[in-house]
Amino acid sequence: MPKRETGALVAIAFVLVVVLPLLNALPPSSPFHVSNFTLNLFGKFLTYAILALGLDLLWGYAGVLSLGHGVFFGLGAYAMGMHLMLEIGTQSVYQSALPDFMVWNQVKTLPLFWWPFHSALVTLIAIVAIPALVAAAFGFLAFRSRIRGVYFSIITQALALSAWLVFNRNEMNLGGTNGLADFKTIFGFRLNQASTQRGLYVATALALAGAYLLCRWITRTRAGKVLVAIRDSETRVLFSGYAPANYKLFVFVVSAALAGVAGALYAPQVGIITPAKIGVLPSIEMVVWVAAGGRGTLVGAVVGAFGVNWIQSWLTTSYPDLWLLFLGALFMGVVLFFPDGVVGAVARLWARARAVGRRAPVERALEQAAR
Amino acid sequence: MTDAGAIIYCEDVTVDYDGFKALSRLNFFMDRRELRVVIGPNGAGKTTLLDVISGRVKPATGRVIFGHHTDLLPLRENQIAALGVGRKFQTPSVFVNLTVRDNVELSLRRASKGVFATLFERNTQARLRRDGDEEARIDATLERVGLAPKADWLAGRLSHGEKQWLEIGMVIAQDPELLLVDEPVAGMTDEETARTGELLRSIAADRSVLVIEHDMEFVRQIARKVTVLHQGTVLCEGPVEQVQSDPRVLEVYLGQRKDTHADR
Amino acid sequence: MKRLLLLVFVAWLAGPTASHAQSAVKALADLALEDGDTRDAAVTVLGSTRDPKWLEFLTALRDGNVYARKDGGTTEIVVAGAKSTKGDQDVVEITTAYDRTPLGTVPLASLTEVAADRRLRITIKPFLEADETREQLASPDPEMRYGAAVKLGHQADAAAATVVEAAIAKETNARVRHALHEALALIRLAHGEPAVRVLAARTLGGLHSFEAMPALQKLASDAAASAAERDAATAAIRRVERWGLMIRTLETVFHGASLASILLLMSVGLAIVFGLMGVINMAHGELMALGAYSTFVVQNIVRARWPDWFDAYFVVALPVSFVVAAAVGVVLERGVIRRLYGRPLETLLLTWGASLIVQQGLRLWFGAANVDVSSPRWLSGGFTLMTGLTLPFNRLFVIGLAGVSVAGMYWLLFRTNRGLTIRAVTQNRAMSACLGVRAGAVDAVTFGLGAGLAGLAGAALTQIGNVGPSLGQNYIVDSFMVVVTGGVGKLAGTILAAAGIGGLNKGIEPALGAVFAKVAILIAVILFLQRRPAGLFAPRGRHAEA
Repeated sequence: MPKRETGALVAIAFVLVVVLPLLNALPPSSPFHVSNFTLNLFGKFLTYAILALGLDLLWGYAGVLSLGHGVFFGLGAYAMGMHLMLEIGTQSVYQSALPDFMVWNQVKTLPLFWWPFHSALVTLIAIVAIPALVAAAFGFLAFRSRIRGVYFSIITQALALSAWLVFNRNEMNLGGTNGLADFKTIFGFRLNQASTQRGLYVATALALAGAYLLCRWITRTRAGKVLVAIRDSETRVLFSGYAPANYKLFVFVVSAALAGVAGALYAPQVGIITPAKIGVLPSIEMVVWVAAGGRGTLVGAVVGAFGVNWIQSWLTTSYPDLWLLFLGALFMGVVLFFPDGVVGAVARLWARARAVGRRAPVERALEQAAR
Repeated sequence: MTDAGAIIYCEDVTVDYDGFKALSRLNFFMDRRELRVVIGPNGAGKTTLLDVISGRVKPATGRVIFGHHTDLLPLRENQIAALGVGRKFQTPSVFVNLTVRDNVELSLRRASKGVFATLFERNTQARLRRDGDEEARIDATLERVGLAPKADWLAGRLSHGEKQWLEIGMVIAQDPELLLVDEPVAGMTDEETARTGELLRSIAADRSVLVIEHDMEFVRQIARKVTVLHQGTVLCEGPVEQVQSDPRVLEVYLGQRKDTHADR
Repeated sequence: MKRLLLLVFVAWLAGPTASHAQSAVKALADLALEDGDTRDAAVTVLGSTRDPKWLEFLTALRDGNVYARKDGGTTEIVVAGAKSTKGDQDVVEITTAYDRTPLGTVPLASLTEVAADRRLRITIKPFLEADETREQLASPDPEMRYGAAVKLGHQADAAAATVVEAAIAKETNARVRHALHEALALIRLAHGEPAVRVLAARTLGGLHSFEAMPALQKLASDAAASAAERDAATAAIRRVERWGLMIRTLETVFHGASLASILLLMSVGLAIVFGLMGVINMAHGELMALGAYSTFVVQNIVRARWPDWFDAYFVVALPVSFVVAAAVGVVLERGVIRRLYGRPLETLLLTWGASLIVQQGLRLWFGAANVDVSSPRWLSGGFTLMTGLTLPFNRLFVIGLAGVSVAGMYWLLFRTNRGLTIRAVTQNRAMSACLGVRAGAVDAVTFGLGAGLAGLAGAALTQIGNVGPSLGQNYIVDSFMVVVTGGVGKLAGTILAAAGIGGLNKGIEPALGAVFAKVAILIAVILFLQRRPAGLFAPRGRHAEA
């Protein structure tokens, strides 16, 4: 990676991790003050970006399109949400040690699977482990029997639908349609305090940086090359002595774990997690973040997650009816006119501007586009 | 391993596609260091034979032994490839989004091609030494297939013939004991065909090569021994001239057959 | 004297036994008392006479038209008639309780109302209804007679037995006869001698009477009943239950078949297009929604313009929904999908985008709420196959429509030149193009056909399900499961998979509920793909090179 690009990335990371929270800490009267709302919104976008990175690793590099990542996001978010619910304790509306919705549903004792989530440590492990395990089991079956291409996409979509249906059920004891909400504290810190939210934001930004470095590392190892090779010709990879199924399983599990982390950071910042975040539509929306940003480039995933969601938060408040129309048009437009997304389009312009240069990722993108 | 004995040994192999017998009690074996060409009309089972050896198709009956006593039947494609069976497909199959050099590098034979082995390659002295060695092997391979000047190109930019050579180079890089090559000169110019012939002959100097080919001109150029497949079994076997004058082969090829075959 | 005369008169009219009449008279007097139990008993006595005149009296009592008149030392119960005002006094015409002999006009103030409180009205009700029921039993409308028979069975009133027997002798309608037999057996089960009850229980078992289940269960666990009775009841219960199981199974199969039909109509198009172009059309569900909304619009137009022809609207709606969906499908294919040939994942995202736009468009145009599509008269009602099993016409129609459409598709694919070109392009696009087949045109036509079938599915769905903007989403994932399970471009596989998934869905639903049935199906499909990764009827043979 050229120095200039690394420098730009470090600068962006610095702004996101250090500058924004500092500006938020300024008094509201200051012209540079960043409001709690804005910071919180950015925090949400950053969690999406973490998920988009994992999805990009899976789709942009290995060519495996998952339409069920909302499920892994949801698993992480619910794992965190369950811990936060238990942290509320008796401060709830019904002043019972049980979460309110259980009192409401006349559940008398805490279901067994809730118990481990009393422990913060177990929760932190579960956030990564549960999505990873589910992905491992699902991926093992799918990749072993060589379900690939659109077949895999469709099966993951069915997974999203099933998970959504199941999480909606009251008898699952996960809050049904209303999900988990009204969190009070996280690891002892009050969630309604600006400082806690700022802390969460910084944690999210750091997690994003970590996720970025992880993905960058993976793509630069030989394993990363194998992933790209799988996208190009799975058969050739297989006959070169690699087991593509194992590589795909690995990257599927990594991306599910990242989605879980994203979900876990999402729940306390947004304050609620419902099944609506894990269904078919949210899952495929995640794909369009990556597509719009530019798949196959890690920066693209982050840009896409930020950009699309920014537009969404603006449209859904100003013109709620238009959002879905816009989303549909975005899907079509990106696929038809910007197959390598914003980052790819920018790279193409950039490359055109400076005729021939040294080989750089930019040029690679150009070559891909020229193909 | 010694030079003596068969490199591949198929006994009584039957492959049944829903009633259609692609291979029917086929017996086939090849010596080490042999360059063998398999010919036969469409549907004779040529590609299926390669599928069986490389593990893509599991036969209904029979045995497939590699080297002295390695049974290939329970193994998956990548395990067979790791044992030293390389396969070049009919249509070029390379990694178009990787550079030519990366294509070859990924194909290099190495101790483990597992996920974690490729993920955690420590940056130690050993690796540097080995890398030096690897670089040399990659360069040598690229030199051999004539792609050294284009080592840093994305493979997607290569011409059809160059892709064929790259794939052959990738298979060589696997350092296989046995190469399976499916119609390597289909769609090539005469000049390219001639170069490909040279390439295959030079490869056969220190490995066994099994080539499937239609182009009889090309077959005459490279072949020492030819096997004719017909309806999933070996029709005859021998030097090119002998096979070409065999009346049974003429009958099969000159359309005097009484039955027709689906193009499968 | 007058009272004595009345008594004689009553006795003469009221029935064969004098005691009957006497008890009636006593009961009449009891009505004026305060005690609730006594009054109840009195009503029961009067009602049990089954005498139309007493029943008329009870009606008057219920309606608050019965008064007590103090006549010297005795109290007489009278029925009030028309009220009027005479001078400054309210007066009322009164008649005798039983035969309504006029007793002249008296001041209202001289009477005390015999109030029918709630309790008394409840006691009166069954007697009056029983009377109505008997009238209904003579109705020319078989539905009325059927209802009456069922009611009689419920009441299991011993007195009704003779009436039911008489009705059986006259009845010609099989269904009503069945109900009458059931009613008679129920009455006998409730009131007969032990031997009669054993017979009645057997009869009920033979009639597969679900209605009798509570009575039979009561008898089976009745300690006072004889062993023979209890055994007969238990045997009858078992018989009815077995029958019930069979009916439920048949119903499940039937519901499975109608769901499978919708899925089939959806997936046939999906599967053919997938086989032909390698395209997974995520907007297929929205094409189905377009078909459903077309039906809705046609319905509204017909209702507004030609209300007399309303029942015919569906006949028009079917081709219209086919054409609308097919047209949109062709536009989609020619407009955008063909630009992405050979890139299935991109096409998937593109068509998903299209589906969002169509869906939101429908929502903005027609509103987010479900719209109301009424069934034409010829599709309401059902066909009774056997006791307890009625097959609704609308579901039968859906199954028939799917059958005809798929047969049509089969014919088109395998018996016509057009079908030959479709199959040729599916197998080898490049070669077909070389042979002069216009692959693009084939794509468009096939896509249009598939879309049209989805439109038909939508039209059919209006008859058995809700029509809303997100209608397509409810079926699309299931349809994909069908396509994946059935194998690419294989009609037979698609049919079998649709039947399997539709049937499995409805089969598991009663046991696990709709949600977990869906989950179970996903698991089943994944496990199935372990065995056959390319679906039921994957083309086997030399593998395509990747």
